[in-house]
Amino acid sequence: MTTLAIHNGRVIDPALGRDGIADVVIVDGRIARVGPNEGDMVVEAERIDATGLIVTPGFIDLHTHLREPGFEHKETIATGTLAAARGGYTTVCAMPNTQPPLDSRAAVESVLREAENSAVVRVLPIGTITRGRAGKELAPAGELASAGVVALSDDGDAVADPSLMRHALEYSTRFGLPVAQHCEDPALVRDGQMHEGWVATRLGLRGRPASAEETFVARDIALAELAGAHLHICHVSTAGSVALIAAARARGARVTAEVTPHHLTLTHEEVAFTADYRTAHYQTNAKVNPPLREEADLAALAIALRDGVIDCIATDHAPHSVGDKEIEFDIASPGLTMLETSFGLCMRLVHDGRLSLPALVERLTIGPARAWGLDARPGLEGIGTLAPGALGDVALLDPNAEWTVDPSTFASKGKNTPLGGRQLRGRVVATIFGGRLVHETDRVVAL
Amino acid sequence: MTNAPVLDGEALHRTLRRLAHEIVEATQGVEGLVLVGIETGGAVLAQRLAREIEQFEGQRPAMGTLDITLHRDDLSRRGFASTPRPTQLPDIDGRVVVLVDDVLFTGRTVRAAMDALNDFGRPRAIRLAVLVDRGHRELPIRADMVGKNIPTSRTDDVRVLLQEVDGRDCVVVVPGKVAI
Amino acid sequence: MTAELTRIATGAPGTSSTSGTGWNHQDILDLDDFSVAEIEIVLALADRMREVLDRRIARVPALRGYTIVNLFFEPSTRTRASFELAGKVLGADVLSVTASTSSVTKGESLIDTVRTLRAMRTDAIIMRHSMSGAPYLAAEHTDASIINAGDGAHAHPTQALLDLYTMRSRVGDLRGKRVVMVGDISHSRVARSDMWGLAAMGADVVVCGPPTLLPRGLRASDRPAHAESAMPPVTIETDIDRALDGADVVMALRLQSERQDSGLLPSLHEYSQLYQVTQERLARAKPNHLLMHPGPKNEGIEIAGTVAAGRNSIIEEQVTNGVAVRMALLYLLSGRTESPGGAPGGMPGGEIRS
Repeated sequence: MTTLAIHNGRVIDPALGRDGIADVVIVDGRIARVGPNEGDMVVEAERIDATGLIVTPGFIDLHTHLREPGFEHKETIATGTLAAARGGYTTVCAMPNTQPPLDSRAAVESVLREAENSAVVRVLPIGTITRGRAGKELAPAGELASAGVVALSDDGDAVADPSLMRHALEYSTRFGLPVAQHCEDPALVRDGQMHEGWVATRLGLRGRPASAEETFVARDIALAELAGAHLHICHVSTAGSVALIAAARARGARVTAEVTPHHLTLTHEEVAFTADYRTAHYQTNAKVNPPLREEADLAALAIALRDGVIDCIATDHAPHSVGDKEIEFDIASPGLTMLETSFGLCMRLVHDGRLSLPALVERLTIGPARAWGLDARPGLEGIGTLAPGALGDVALLDPNAEWTVDPSTFASKGKNTPLGGRQLRGRVVATIFGGRLVHETDRVVAL
Repeated sequence: MTNAPVLDGEALHRTLRRLAHEIVEATQGVEGLVLVGIETGGAVLAQRLAREIEQFEGQRPAMGTLDITLHRDDLSRRGFASTPRPTQLPDIDGRVVVLVDDVLFTGRTVRAAMDALNDFGRPRAIRLAVLVDRGHRELPIRADMVGKNIPTSRTDDVRVLLQEVDGRDCVVVVPGKVAI
Repeated sequence: MTAELTRIATGAPGTSSTSGTGWNHQDILDLDDFSVAEIEIVLALADRMREVLDRRIARVPALRGYTIVNLFFEPSTRTRASFELAGKVLGADVLSVTASTSSVTKGESLIDTVRTLRAMRTDAIIMRHSMSGAPYLAAEHTDASIINAGDGAHAHPTQALLDLYTMRSRVGDLRGKRVVMVGDISHSRVARSDMWGLAAMGADVVVCGPPTLLPRGLRASDRPAHAESAMPPVTIETDIDRALDGADVVMALRLQSERQDSGLLPSLHEYSQLYQVTQERLARAKPNHLLMHPGPKNEGIEIAGTVAAGRNSIIEEQVTNGVAVRMALLYLLSGRTESPGGAPGGMPGGEIRS
């Protein structure tokens, strides 16, 4: 029997409505009890002093690119999950745009096997919507469901054919799987490199207009309602999309949505300007699809997140090698490395007063869990909570710790962040997975 | 800081007058003579000399200015000092060009000026007239007509001040710092 | 390596720490970061270079020992020839390299290519590339001078400088002058760089074209107040007659036939009906207006043949001035090296000892 006791931290467990000083006791990988002084009573325990720290359920990421199999030069399950642990994430859902893509039982099982071998935290696979992610034929959702996928997505690309998307939504209802769509009309964003707006004009880059996302959000909401299916909208980035999602939810449609830390905090100016507007530059580390947008979009997204119109934060962690980024902007791969900076970046909303800390924790833990019904899956009971019997996944946070982002120290192979050298305020100081420390810093003191 | 000028006022005017006569004597008259002032000091001097010549010959010689900035090919050019001044030359083919400069020192400026002239035509002859020859030649170049020979040490600075530009006429030698 | 780090530490690629004379560039990437003083330096020097070009033997040794490579990823006859000539008149060694941007032919990366050239003691690389921002990437990875000869739809600073020089030499002070650019603005790097240059010199810039060929974000209201200075001030017109009213300078921009194919225009014919710069339309401009075109021109589409050859046209002057302006830029950039092809770091403001 292994026991871990976390003493005296401020425990925030939104699912149970808890926010106060308490001890957390984990026995044999599961939460045993949580309460004031609970930790005093245990014997033979590993102890952690969490005075001055926040104690929360481990974060859950519905959108991570682990790149394995096929792109191991960008990231592996081992390095990606280590990065997750550093970011406070104890569960990551792995997007299927690997090589081969996760459109068959064999591919899904290979990921699960590798995760068994080398993953530092929990990996839940996502299957593709279409075979080969080619957007032409449905992938075998039944086979994928029984192999253990938690959702279906062709992320990276949208399923463009509306008829195929409709069938995919209808078919998914048999298996209770959310269909997670990357909403951007490929015809409207063709050759587009960044948000269509004045910064793109300044840089002479083709734009990806906000309407390219909004037309697909509107379309897919209508198709999901027609099919009676669960549509999940990946990385929402525009105010217009927010309005469409709010209206859909108001009429009871089964639509869930996620937003990334970067879409909440960085505008399209990130691509071009650092010190002043005189000199422009081309920051490929700020190139992402959908692109970083304008102030008004960021404001709408923050409000939507606060009000629950958007269910959760998801990182869309997209590691790339130097050779994929340090090239001409047009051909640089889109995406940023995000697992290790997610919490720090999201804390900007808390420090700005736009989101309370418990609300942020909710959007990182039980929010994603409930969005995809993860807590109803066998083996994942209590995921996203610190309820007795729940998984022993815990994050220890220092919401005020200031630190400088140094990509060279990242666990992720992906150093592609535009935040290099910047200060963030808010840090994950330890992560516990299944009752064992998988990430610690010298802030965490063993008693 | 005052340095006693080595040439000023009346003495300078007399020297210029003598130079003007020497120039015309060497070229045997104003016809076929082109006075080319090397920017910047030589250009003003060339104008002065032209006025002198006009006074005793009754005729002004053909005039030109030459900026040699772009003809300096010494590899140690650093940075961008200032925009070169215009170079304006009349037809020099078959004529005697008298280059005019204020101070003759290493000879590199004159060498660059001769290279430049070659790109404009084929003069019958090129002569050199300078107000001050301060020695320390680095190239086999000598002046045909010299206003005054002034021995200097290498680190000294010789400055020719002219009424039109500096408000007075004189030549001063500013001693250079002694290397320790 | 240390030299590169020093350069990166002193700020964005393209600029160096202030020299006493006001010239602040190690690269020429775009006109957006040129001060008025720097533009004036280029224009004054171009005057001198123009005179050199008019000599019987147009040759000076100012850039002897300086190596220039034309690295063109996009085909170009006139710009490449213009730069080659500019370098040669100044006595530099010039060679041209044609490279491919095809991602299919995975050859050397841009960074490797540029570093390789520098290792061969190249002093300046003149780059034309189909992708916006490519010269910025190059400048970040080498201390050779990079001159942008056109990157995607982003910038063509040397064209803008020669346009400014040409306008100035004809009309003098550009302040308050109405300069109208007509054509495919959204795909035009010439238009963009001209906007910056003209705005800096105080001209009133008008851009005119069909709505599908005008880029987003040009209006001041398209960007937040704090970003006001991030774009040059321009007036936008879709009606060519209103645009040309009282124009001092009219610049026609090339319309590429691909625009019809990609659904941006119904036909080149309709474009020419609505936007071709013709004699009739130019009656609304000032009588002494200047007529310009960066070339190559599509007569009958964006510009009438009679107009291109007419008495207001200074299109050929632009070409001659182009060599002079490029000479001026090469001369200014070359002054930063201690010795050709060697390590950078000479002091600004040289002393000329006679």
